[in-house]
Amino acid sequence: MEKKRTNPIILIVLSLFSLACLIPFWLVFMISVADEDWVTANGYSFWPGKFSLVAYQYLFEDAGKILRAYGVSASVTLIGVVVSLFVTSAMAYALSRKEFPLRGALSFYILITMLFSGGLLPWYLVYTRFLHVQDTLMALIIPGLIGGFNVIIMRTFFTNSIPPSLIDSSQIDGAGEFRTYFSIILPLSLPVMATIGLFTTVSYWNDWFTSLVFIQNEKLFSLQYLLTKTLMNASFLQTIANKAYSSTAQVTTPLESIRMAMAMIAIGPLVLVFPFLQKYFVKGLTVGAVKG
Amino acid sequence: MASESNSKWKRIWKYRALVVLALPGVLLMLINNYLPMFGIFLAFKDLNYTAGIWGSKWIGLDNFKFLFASNDAWLIIRNTLLYNLSFLIINTILAVMLALLLNEVKNKFASKFFQSTVILPNFISMVIVGYIVYGFLNPELGFINRFILEPFGIDPRNWYAEAEHWPYILTLVNTWKGVGYSAVVYLAAIVGIDSEYYEAAVIDGATRWKQMTKITIPLIAPIIIIMTLLAIGRIFNADFGLFYQATMASGMIKETTDVIDTYVYRALMVTGDTGLASSAGMLQSVVGFTLVITVNLAVRKFSKENALF
Repeated sequence: MEKKRTNPIILIVLSLFSLACLIPFWLVFMISVADEDWVTANGYSFWPGKFSLVAYQYLFEDAGKILRAYGVSASVTLIGVVVSLFVTSAMAYALSRKEFPLRGALSFYILITMLFSGGLLPWYLVYTRFLHVQDTLMALIIPGLIGGFNVIIMRTFFTNSIPPSLIDSSQIDGAGEFRTYFSIILPLSLPVMATIGLFTTVSYWNDWFTSLVFIQNEKLFSLQYLLTKTLMNASFLQTIANKAYSSTAQVTTPLESIRMAMAMIAIGPLVLVFPFLQKYFVKGLTVGAVKG
Repeated sequence: MASESNSKWKRIWKYRALVVLALPGVLLMLINNYLPMFGIFLAFKDLNYTAGIWGSKWIGLDNFKFLFASNDAWLIIRNTLLYNLSFLIINTILAVMLALLLNEVKNKFASKFFQSTVILPNFISMVIVGYIVYGFLNPELGFINRFILEPFGIDPRNWYAEAEHWPYILTLVNTWKGVGYSAVVYLAAIVGIDSEYYEAAVIDGATRWKQMTKITIPLIAPIIIIMTLLAIGRIFNADFGLFYQATMASGMIKETTDVIDTYVYRALMVTGDTGLASSAGMLQSVVGFTLVITVNLAVRKFSKENALF
């Protein structure tokens, strides 16, 4: 019997790998809790000589913009994920039925979307000149609702793990397709729904590109887009700090730490829930790795 | 003929409930994917917003002539291809290595911990990546300038203005963000290998190294091929987020950081040059499509079950 011990060299290499993945977050965190004067004098560091929570205080005193952006991101994500799961699974269910005469045509229809795209300009024109959804939450929700790859992953799951006899017997008992879909397919497909749901959640939550392209109205800025603005535009950062600044009698606004504190506030929820979601992600990757 | 098509409609009618279930998805794909595809002919038009898409003048290949007359076309094509190629090679090699290492970890807790940490960067947004890069490279306060270059007496660099460093920076950032994901996909494939292969190999006296090179790698080769195929098909599509956020959209380093996607975005949203945006976009779509088809055909030639379609 081989010993159940891992080679220490492998452990060391992997530890270094893990460290390399974690340490950049640590830098951002340390800047966010560093004293502004110390940072201006010494630069961003992994262990600032002087700590201060003023940045977070500023953000909480004038939380309006950030809270609003959180709200936009949260509602877009929630609506997007729920609708997307419904649309994707309904289409996948139709595709999974061997008797469905349009099965081949629909598969081809999906395949084409995975191979060819019109590009940014025509896509932009469809949304702005045809659907007229620019500067609405719809512009942030619609683009992520369906993806060919997700449909195929779900279809594969339905065909492989739901016995056709189950569907047959329910239909002999008089259940229609809708009934079968809602009361047999959906309850049995929790694993794949969780996986695809999590992937969709992450992509909605992390999306900033659709805001960059379609959103002008400050009230509809998503969290990630607000962060983009804050990173690239120093005067925008100033406006976030301004209101709180006028109410306190401090000399310097901790712009550098505010910037990084905002990033931390955006990372926060993800890192907190990540350990719980990790097993689903890994499972999902396994599903995704299997050819559809 | 007539009765044949008649019965086909009858069968579809019989399954109309399934048609209804598939309909929302079909419509969304129509909006998201198919309508834009028809817009591709805009590359041959002089798009005029007031005249509308249909009213705009046909101008033949003028948009393309204009695009290729500038040096931009070659620059963005070169950058896009070289970046994607190096990303693909480095990422695949490192990810397979990482997966093999992860597979050697016997302790369940340690294995879970390593998997979680290496995959974490994959789940944060490119915006946050932009913040992290900024933390390291900010010209006045950045960690690299202040704590690495300064102590060695090297002059601080203005990273966001010096183009020559970016091929390395972007490659590093891309690897950091993406390698964990690919590694876990490969790991999942490795875990799925039947343990009998290894037991038989151990009886024959195979070393761990032999098992790795003779069993593990050949058996996960199909997945590696599929992942590579997918990547090659997208070799003309750059990761817009990486090239936009990590560089903070700095115009001074365009020479090494401008790719087709950032170019199209700028032409459309910043300079409003729809002609350039549409011709570069069409180039990207058509070449991308041709690449997927060609690569897939090539793979089908020698291993049919590994092809995508």
